[in-house]
Amino acid sequence: MNRGAPYRFRLYVAGDAQNSAQAIANLNALCREHLPDRHSIEIVDVFRKPEYALAESIFMTPTLVKLGPLPVRTIVGTLSQTQPVLHALGLGTLSV
Amino acid sequence: MPQIASTMKSFRTRVAKTSPKAPTGITGFDEICGGGLPRGSTTLLVGGPGSGKTIFALQFAMHGARYCKEPAIFVAFEETSKRVKSNAESFGWKIKELGPSKLFFLDAQPMSDRVHSGTFDLSGMLAALEAQINKMGARRIVFDALDILLALLPDEAAKRREVYRLHDWLREHELTGLITSKASQEETNCIVQESFSFMQFMVDCAVMLNHTVVQGVSQRSLRVQKYRGTSFDENQSPFVIGSRGIEVAVARTSSRVQISVTNERVSSGVERLDTMLGGGYYRGASVLITGFPGTAKTTLSGAFAAAACRRRERTIFVSFDSDGAEVVRNLASVSIGLNRYIKNGCLCMVSGRTISGSAETFLVRIKALATEHKARCIVIDPVSTISSSGNELTAYGVAERLIDWSKTMGTTLVCTSLLDEVSSHLLASSPLRISKMADTWIHLNYLVQAGERNRGMSIIKSRGTAHSNQVRELILNDAGVTVTDTYTAEGEVLMGTLRWEKESAERGAKDMAEVAGRVKRVRLDAEEAELEVRLKALQVELEAKQVEKALLVSTAESREGVLLQGRSRMRELRGADTAISRQK
Repeated sequence: MNRGAPYRFRLYVAGDAQNSAQAIANLNALCREHLPDRHSIEIVDVFRKPEYALAESIFMTPTLVKLGPLPVRTIVGTLSQTQPVLHALGLGTLSV
Repeated sequence: MPQIASTMKSFRTRVAKTSPKAPTGITGFDEICGGGLPRGSTTLLVGGPGSGKTIFALQFAMHGARYCKEPAIFVAFEETSKRVKSNAESFGWKIKELGPSKLFFLDAQPMSDRVHSGTFDLSGMLAALEAQINKMGARRIVFDALDILLALLPDEAAKRREVYRLHDWLREHELTGLITSKASQEETNCIVQESFSFMQFMVDCAVMLNHTVVQGVSQRSLRVQKYRGTSFDENQSPFVIGSRGIEVAVARTSSRVQISVTNERVSSGVERLDTMLGGGYYRGASVLITGFPGTAKTTLSGAFAAAACRRRERTIFVSFDSDGAEVVRNLASVSIGLNRYIKNGCLCMVSGRTISGSAETFLVRIKALATEHKARCIVIDPVSTISSSGNELTAYGVAERLIDWSKTMGTTLVCTSLLDEVSSHLLASSPLRISKMADTWIHLNYLVQAGERNRGMSIIKSRGTAHSNQVRELILNDAGVTVTDTYTAEGEVLMGTLRWEKESAERGAKDMAEVAGRVKRVRLDAEEAELEVRLKALQVELEAKQVEKALLVSTAESREGVLLQGRSRMRELRGADTAISRQK
């Protein structure tokens, strides 16, 4: 894996719902720890932009989509369990 | 429904001006629950795998979009919308024609590679749906296989929370919602899954779909478990997935009793039988012909079909035992020619063997065929087939609905029913107990006498008709079907050769008596003539005697005259006087 490739994330949240706030916090923490300075996060509120959710088939919130590097990955939930999340994002070398 | 159209745009401020029921368009179901699903609230549809949940839900959505001006959204959690649509094509619903502005499909199948981490909720989907609802003015929404979605949620509490969220959301948007969910195979009446048990309490209407296999025959049924604020048919109703979607079998409800009763008679095809029945069957009546194998049930029903075709009435002949062509050939041997009516399209022969499935399927197929053919007369030979193994329990209901249906349509229905040796002892309990419902019941049987089997026919009942209560003999030969009187002697009914013998013996005796009478008459004539001759001779003799007597008198007189003359002459000569004048 090219360690230099930047990670592009899009996080779908539902307004200021508690689990959405948790997901934002967890994602920020994860990126700080594992991907310092090589990530970008876009947060989409499905209440404000429902057409996004419809077009991208985002039915559950919060949902994290890793747009890059490929492959595109989708993780549903508050991202509270760090190991499976890292594994899914291709940062699995850290998990045992 | 113009009022729906006017309120469609402003649905958020909609007052419950319209009917409280949203019709599903499912034949029979709307009748069960008095018009449809509860408008503006949620219905739960539960059933095992393959019980028809998706078809039910899609039919509800399609009907709203197409006929009720209620655009619908179909959220598919299990199958892809493409598959749902292509499955629906076979019902001729033309979903693609409707377009997404009327019927919108949302694919919401969980992706297998999706990773779950921590809690989540359905806000995303509801937000997406809300946008779509506002865009198209949707009034109906279907969540197909919600259990799939709920299975992703980590615990019961989360499931419960999301179901409540969904329910509140549906309420808030005043949508007529239909949620389908799987139930465990064994017991569809009580849902094992905990999340659905409370859902049943929550929703305003719950419908159970049941699919069982009885002796290899698939039987589907449906039951409305609850329906707040309305009366409904609480019984299990059988249904089939027919060619145009779900068709629920319903007994005749009060709204459907509009049978036009007529006094018109239709010929049974056998002249003498018509007179026995006082003119034939009633139009729209249900006629049952029972009998053992080979008692000419098919022939009698064939005669009816031929008579109907002669009147140019479109007729359907459903034959289960043999192929249509075989029936035609066999009937031709007794001068019942059906071929020309098949050729001119008046008669439609249906081989019942091509219909497979439950009794309910038979009914649906027969109804469809009859409607297609615009049949005024239907022959089902034999109707007892529908109670074949696996269908024993449902067949009675099916037969009842068949009769109800044919009455409503004003179709004259002739059914034959096979009696086997066992049930023959209990004539009244003929298979299906259809005999109770039939208007006219003709029974055919064999009478074995002197090494001969002869066919006897009797009318067991015929409602509203004076009918002969005598057993008649049914004679089949190449001239056709005829009914003759039987010979009753010393309390015994004679048929066939015995009848013929008895009849010819009687004829002989009659001839003898006639001859004897004639002889006696001749003898009497002769005696009379002889007496007359004697009378004449005596008369002649009498006359002769009379003449003789007259002669005798006249001679005596003349002699006296001469004597007197002589005496007066003597007196003159003697000159006597007074004494003579005193003598005078």
